Amino acid sequence: MTQTTEVAAPPPPPEPRHRRAGMSTGDKVRFVLRGFGQTLITLGLVVLLFVVYEVWITNIYAAREQKKVTKALIKEWQKENELALPGSADPTVPLGTGLGILYIPRLGRDYHFTIVQGSAVPDDSQLEKGPAHYKDTQLPGQVGNFAVAGHRVGKGEPFLNIDKLRSGDAVIVETRTYWYVYKVLGDPAGQNPQKAHSDVPIAGGGTVSLPGRVIIDPSQGQVLDPVPTAPGQGTDNSADKPAVPLMTMTTCHPKFTASHRMIVFARLAGAPVKNLNLTMPQSVLSLYDEVGT
Amino acid sequence: MYVWIWRHLPGPLAVKLGQVLLLVALVSALLLFVIFPWIEPHLPINKVTVPKK
Repeated sequence: MTQTTEVAAPPPPPEPRHRRAGMSTGDKVRFVLRGFGQTLITLGLVVLLFVVYEVWITNIYAAREQKKVTKALIKEWQKENELALPGSADPTVPLGTGLGILYIPRLGRDYHFTIVQGSAVPDDSQLEKGPAHYKDTQLPGQVGNFAVAGHRVGKGEPFLNIDKLRSGDAVIVETRTYWYVYKVLGDPAGQNPQKAHSDVPIAGGGTVSLPGRVIIDPSQGQVLDPVPTAPGQGTDNSADKPAVPLMTMTTCHPKFTASHRMIVFARLAGAPVKNLNLTMPQSVLSLYDEVGT
Repeated sequence: MYVWIWRHLPGPLAVKLGQVLLLVALVSALLLFVIFPWIEPHLPINKVTVPKK
């Protein structure tokens, strides 16, 4: 039987596959479906790559920017400036340059970020360098509200774990002249700050109740007032009657989104400690032992 | 689309694979360093500020 196979004519060459003419209906449907499927897979990969960009690549850029502003700030601080009298904090820090360094013992000994001066509402270029100060709010240590915005995911993510703070946790700000220790609001200490409140004195007597942490609608700018108002916690009447130095931190919530903002309120605790030679004083160092970091 | 690209790449299998890797790297770099930075500010993500009253 093998002989017959040998003499048989070779089979006709197959049709070139890329010739679409002569496609059956089934082939056309398969062609369109395959193209559709490949497009969806491609889009999926692009979205995945975007996540890589957001949580990784942006951090690389931001870390570089943060390093630059920190270096510039330390250099500035190390200049002996005879004109700067103790306590006369320079109120005109240029936009985008450092004004102080933030430490949060709860987030670890290696946690430190240079806070840059931001616009009235800090913009992307300022926030990429580090947490940014709302320019029109008070400076560290001043009576009123020192308000700072920071990224939660990517862009250096200074406020990624801001939700880990408990009531009474220290938030430390180092300036050229002083170390300021703020403590997250909420009594007693150690509570979930979202459920614990503190009574904050206002000028002319009286107090307002503020939680340590609150989730708000993105439009609720009253958290930046000299006496901030947490939504659902009283009225705005006391906004311009500050009696104590407060600090407000704002970031996005939930992570990655623009739907809400997470706000953490803190109040200056104790007298500021003079910044003698740009090293952390013992009283501030001991705050790290308190939280075991 | 991918089949079409593969078929039009010249050379033997190894050369084709090299070209594919190069293409993927090029497209990724374009996305990561040009397109994403440009598109990102327009997306409703990572907004961390509240407005001034």
